[in-house]
Amino acid sequence: MLIKTIVNNEPKTFVCEPGEYLLDTLRKNNYLSVRRGCDNTSCGVCTVLLNGKPVPSCSVFTASVEGKEITTVEGIQAEAEKLGHFFGSEGADQCGFCNPSLALTVYAMKRELKHPTEQEVREYLVGNLCRCTGYIQQERAIMDYLEDES
Amino acid sequence: MFVSEYVKPTTLEEAYQQLIKDKTNHIIAGGAWMKLTLKSASHLISLEDLDLNRILTTNDMIEIGSMVTLREIETNEHIKNCCSGILSLACHNIMGINVRNIATIGGSVMGRLAFSDLYPALLVLDATLVFYKAGEVSFADFLKSPKMDTDILLCVRFAKNQGKGYFRKVATTALDFAILNLAIAHSEQGWRISVGATPYVASLATSAMSYLNESKRIDEVVMEQTVQLVLEEIPCTDNIRASKEYREQLIKAYIKRGIKKVIEHVD
Ligand SMILES: Cc1cc2nc3c(=O)[nH]c(=O)nc-3n(C[C@H](O)[C@H](O)[C@H](O)COP(=O)(O)OP(=O)(O)OC[C@H]3O[C@@H](n4cnc5c(N)ncnc54)[C@H](O)[C@@H]3O)c2cc1C
Ligand code: FES
Ligand code: FES
Repeated sequence: MLIKTIVNNEPKTFVCEPGEYLLDTLRKNNYLSVRRGCDNTSCGVCTVLLNGKPVPSCSVFTASVEGKEITTVEGIQAEAEKLGHFFGSEGADQCGFCNPSLALTVYAMKRELKHPTEQEVREYLVGNLCRCTGYIQQERAIMDYLEDES
Repeated sequence: MFVSEYVKPTTLEEAYQQLIKDKTNHIIAGGAWMKLTLKSASHLISLEDLDLNRILTTNDMIEIGSMVTLREIETNEHIKNCCSGILSLACHNIMGINVRNIATIGGSVMGRLAFSDLYPALLVLDATLVFYKAGEVSFADFLKSPKMDTDILLCVRFAKNQGKGYFRKVATTALDFAILNLAIAHSEQGWRISVGATPYVASLATSAMSYLNESKRIDEVVMEQTVQLVLEEIPCTDNIRASKEYREQLIKAYIKRGIKKVIEHVD
C-alpha cells in the first residue's frame, strides 16, 4: 500500500505491506538513525516523534501514520548537537546506539515540561534503555542541557 | 506481522461487520500489546477514524473514548482530580512515555491483562463500559464474564465525584509488570477495595468493603480484620515474579497503608 507522510518536514510516500512496522519502513528507506534493539516495545531505541510525541516505531504500523508527521534525529539536528555537546562534557557518550532515540525523547520533554525536577526528568525518560553508561552522566548532561537557555 | 489488509472504517457498523466476518480479523487500537501477542491477521481493523479518541467530562461524569492513550489519561486534569487521581497514577507507572503514547484504554480493557494496573483503579471507580452491541456493562461484570471478542468497546465511563483514593503498583523495576497492584476508594457511597496481579486478574474485595462500611470507627483492630477479609476473598499464588507469601505480605502492608492515607485525605 502507499502511505503519504511528512518526515523531517519533507513530504514522503512510502510503499509498504499492510502489516509492516514503521521501524522497518524507515530503515528500508535509509533512515538508519532509527535503531532496532528489542523489537518488542521494551527498549526505546526505535523511538521517533509522531506528531511531536515519542512512540516506539517497532510497534506502530506504517499504515497508521498516513498524513502524520514523523521526526527522526536528523529533523532536530541543531538541538541534538547542543545535547551532544553536554553529553561530551559529562563523558556520557559511549557506544552511542541509544543516542538518537534519547535525543528525540529529551527534545519532546523539553517542549512538554517546564523546569522539570530531576525526578520528573527520570520519570519522563523511563524506557530509554542504555547498555553502556549507567545513566548518571546522561542525567547530568540532560539537566545541563535543559537549564541552557542559549 | 503478516496481515492481508489494514482497513480504516469510517462507521462503527462497517468496523463491526468486518470484525464478525472472520475469526482472524482483529480490531487494532494502539497495537502495542498485539505486537507481542499476535503473529498474523487477515484484516486489521483500525478504530482511528471513529472519533473514539476523546475524553468528555460533564458535571458529574468522565467518559474516556476507547482510543484515548494512557498518556492522555495520565495528564488529563479532570482524571487527575478524580478520586485522588488513582487512574492517572495507574497509567503513570506503565512502561515509558513512548509506549503510553500508543497504548490505549480500549486495548487495556479488551486485552484482559491479569497484570493490568488500570483494572484495580477502574474497579474501585465502579466504571461502566459501553459496547457497540452489548451496550452498558459494568467493568466488574465484564471481568467475570467470558471474552467479548466480537464486540467493539466504545468508551469507559465513571462518576466524577468519588471522594478520595489510593493506588499502588509493586514492581521490581519501572519497566516490569506488577507483582501486585491495588486501589482503594472512599466516598459517600462507602469503601471500595480492589487487588490485582495476584497474579490473577483484579477483583473487588466485597466482604472487606461491607465490613469497613459497617464499622463506626476505623482503628488498628478493624484494619487487621479488613486485611484478613481481603486475604480470604482474593486468592494469591506463586508465579515467576513472586511467591504467594510475599504477595500476602504486600497486601497486608498496602491495604493498611492505603486506608490510612485515604482517611488522612478526607477533609
Ligand atoms: C512491553 C509492554 C509492557 C506493558 N506493561 C504494562 C504494565 O506494566 N501494566 C499495564 O497495566 N499494562 C502494561 N502493558 C499493556 C498496555 O498498557 C496496554 O494495555 C496494551 O498495550 C493494550 O493497549 P493497545 O492500545 O496497545 O491495544 P492493542 O494491542 O491494539 O489491542 C489489544 C487487544 O484489544 C483489542 N481491542 C483494542 N481496542 C478494542 C476496542 N475498542 N474494542 C474491541 N477490542 C479492542 C484488540 O483486538 C486486541 O485483541 C504493557 C504493554 C507492553 C507492550
Ligand atoms: S526496538 Fe522498539 S522498543 Fe526496542
Ligand atoms: S551508549 Fe551504548 S547503549 Fe547507550
